[in-house]
Amino acid sequence: MSDLSIHSLKEKLEQISIKSLLLPLCGIIIFIMLWQVGASRVHTSLGVFPGPAVVYEQWGNLISEHQSERVKEQRFYERQEDRIAKRQAKDPDYVGKIRSYTGKPTFFDQIFTSLYTVLAGFGLACLIAIPLGILIGLNNAVYSALNPVIQVFKPVSPLAWLPLVTMVVSATYVSDDPIFSKSFLTSMFTVTLCCMWPTLINTAVGVAAVEKDLLNVSKVLRLGWFTHVMKIVIPSAIPLMFTGLRLSLGIAWMVLIAAEMLAQNPGLGKFVWDEFQNGSSNSLGRIMVAVLMIGFIGFLLDRAMLMVQRFVSWDKTQILR
Amino acid sequence: MATHLDISQVSIEFPTPKGAFKALDGVNLKINKGEFVSLIGHSGCGKSTVLNIVAGLYDATEGGVLLDGKEVKGPGPERAVVFQNHSLLPWLTSYQNVELAVKQVFKKTKSKKEMHDWIMHNLDLVHMTHAADKRPDEISGGMKQRVGIARALAMEPSVLLMDEPFGALDALTRAHLQDSLMEIQKDLNNTVIMITHDVDEAVLLSDRIIMMTNGPAATIGEILDVDLPRPRDRLALANDAKYVDYRAQVLTFLYEKQRKVEPINGNAKATSSSAAKVANA
Repeated sequence: MSDLSIHSLKEKLEQISIKSLLLPLCGIIIFIMLWQVGASRVHTSLGVFPGPAVVYEQWGNLISEHQSERVKEQRFYERQEDRIAKRQAKDPDYVGKIRSYTGKPTFFDQIFTSLYTVLAGFGLACLIAIPLGILIGLNNAVYSALNPVIQVFKPVSPLAWLPLVTMVVSATYVSDDPIFSKSFLTSMFTVTLCCMWPTLINTAVGVAAVEKDLLNVSKVLRLGWFTHVMKIVIPSAIPLMFTGLRLSLGIAWMVLIAAEMLAQNPGLGKFVWDEFQNGSSNSLGRIMVAVLMIGFIGFLLDRAMLMVQRFVSWDKTQILR
Repeated sequence: MATHLDISQVSIEFPTPKGAFKALDGVNLKINKGEFVSLIGHSGCGKSTVLNIVAGLYDATEGGVLLDGKEVKGPGPERAVVFQNHSLLPWLTSYQNVELAVKQVFKKTKSKKEMHDWIMHNLDLVHMTHAADKRPDEISGGMKQRVGIARALAMEPSVLLMDEPFGALDALTRAHLQDSLMEIQKDLNNTVIMITHDVDEAVLLSDRIIMMTNGPAATIGEILDVDLPRPRDRLALANDAKYVDYRAQVLTFLYEKQRKVEPINGNAKATSSSAAKVANA
């Protein structure tokens, strides 16, 4: 490579880094400054509203709490194993039973719980919404029949569904040896009920909007119903389907936090609620950590969905953001 | 020679809010095997409607179409269509687009290897083997139309229907594709119905030119037999007296006998063009 092209490459890299790194960094710095100045002026009964420094400190606390809890847990199991080993030395027939650790879930445990609850709820919503959306999009009669129901249920808030879902789950999910906890099912179904609509509607619109020429191609080829759906309908609906999926995942994440807060289901929502009820001088700072974490995870979920779309969609020229 | 395709007494009406609109009235046409026929007429005269009825995408209100003595019902690969804007599936490569058609038509009669060879053979006919693994958005408009033609040829149709196949292309690309089409036609000797609004294209390619009257209730106005020896060469023909005469006859029909009067910004235009849309849809 000649010196000239290396030089121009360098220039290009510099331009890219200014646009993609420097400007977002400026935005973040300005936000943190405003936050610092604004927060110091807000006084609550729990003290001054937490500024960036306090929040960072609480973040450190939450990490160390998590680590010490893990150490405790490990010791708990070690103690049990010790005890069992000692008894077995005296009495070889003894079968020990290991009790599971029942310590308080830490912030990071709560994040994990929230994540798999939201993914389960979203997954279930996809399983219902995508096939149903395809059916509605293909068939005008089904569309006319289901449209009023969809339009009425679409705007219902998760808070309205929650009591019903809770009661139904407690009444119907009766098992001596439950695989899932009831609180998990309640959150999951609430998420499903609230987040399936954008995927359903967008899939239906995408399926109904297949180009007429392509439908004619399918007719001339006399494609069977299944081949028609798999080769023509679904690929051409994929861009809109993903618009729906991304909206759904965003809604799912928002709904989950609300559901966890109100229903006392474990997860980030419960963490926020517990800190609020706790009312210590640290509470607001810890809630602020949770708020930032919720936002960050929501952002990551959306990016992940975008990457899936890039991978699956045939239309690589489509601008995705 | 026995009639291959028989369009007899075909009329069609479309329902509109203002009552039924009669787009075609009593179209009669007999086409022999291996004949290349062009339909020409002003836009909105119902040429596309005729083609769609033969393709089976529309049902004639009166009359019907017989292919080898059997009535045509619904679309099918034995009447392959080359659409105006290529209509390739954008998520499939050129190869896969042709493959979709080949798999559908020959899944019982050809082995995997035979199907592959047949796909490559048809891409080769339109000189597109080099872009077999490219998707439609990666190739030019003319190349897309070539693949569209390959897809239609690969179905081994008894009648090849072409709906203004080169209408969306620039003049040079169009000439190139016309030459390609004549070359393919020399080898395969397909029965072709082509819709066009290009007088030169019609004279150059066809054995017969069907000139349609203006709608509503359009029908066949005149039929011109083009008796020029093949292979035809566009440069040699440009000054050929017979060619010029045929060209003049079509032009006379279109611009004198069937002159389309379209007042600018008039109410009349609104009604006639909305009717034309229905007929062309």
